[in-house]
Amino acid sequence: MANPSTNKETPIAQPVTTMSVVAPAIGWLIPGAGHLIQKRWIRGLLLMASIVIMFVLGLALQGRVYRPNGGDILDILGFVGDVGAGGLYIVTRALDLGQGAIAHATADYGTKYIIVAGLLNFISAADAYHIAIGKKP
Amino acid sequence: MNLQLSHFSAAVLFGVFASVVFGITQRSTSREQIRYGLYCFAMFVGGVFLAGWVMWLLRR
Repeated sequence: MANPSTNKETPIAQPVTTMSVVAPAIGWLIPGAGHLIQKRWIRGLLLMASIVIMFVLGLALQGRVYRPNGGDILDILGFVGDVGAGGLYIVTRALDLGQGAIAHATADYGTKYIIVAGLLNFISAADAYHIAIGKKP
Repeated sequence: MNLQLSHFSAAVLFGVFASVVFGITQRSTSREQIRYGLYCFAMFVGGVFLAGWVMWLLRR
């Protein structure tokens, strides 16, 4: 009797290389840098520009930057999104930005811009990892 | 620094940046990346118009 599990391809474990660790880490810290250190210049610059501009626009729109001890579940989720921006989030917190009072109706877009910039940076860092392990050209 | 955008321009700018990242990260070749990025942008803008019309209908 044939064992159905033998027909399935076993996943091949990817070797842990220095680049597979450094690329996503630096890509998280500096958006797009994970691609730049792997010589994906255009992709890296486009990712960097998109994420940085989105984050800065969020601040300019008077968006709110979440803190880790928000208490409310939505605040915690907002913090998880924000922290995805890596170095941008650290600099913003260090300069105490993103605390402005909401003065106009579209200011909530700013908060969403900041969160989504962080989430997009998570995707970007994961993509840098896939390039590093050779899963993506 | 204080910027004010309309709902439409804020939503379109959101679509531009998200589409660039989606296009680059979700496809492999340059051609596919451009096509997918444009597709995502079209979906974002289409969604904005659709949501706008739905809100207009609900408001009537």
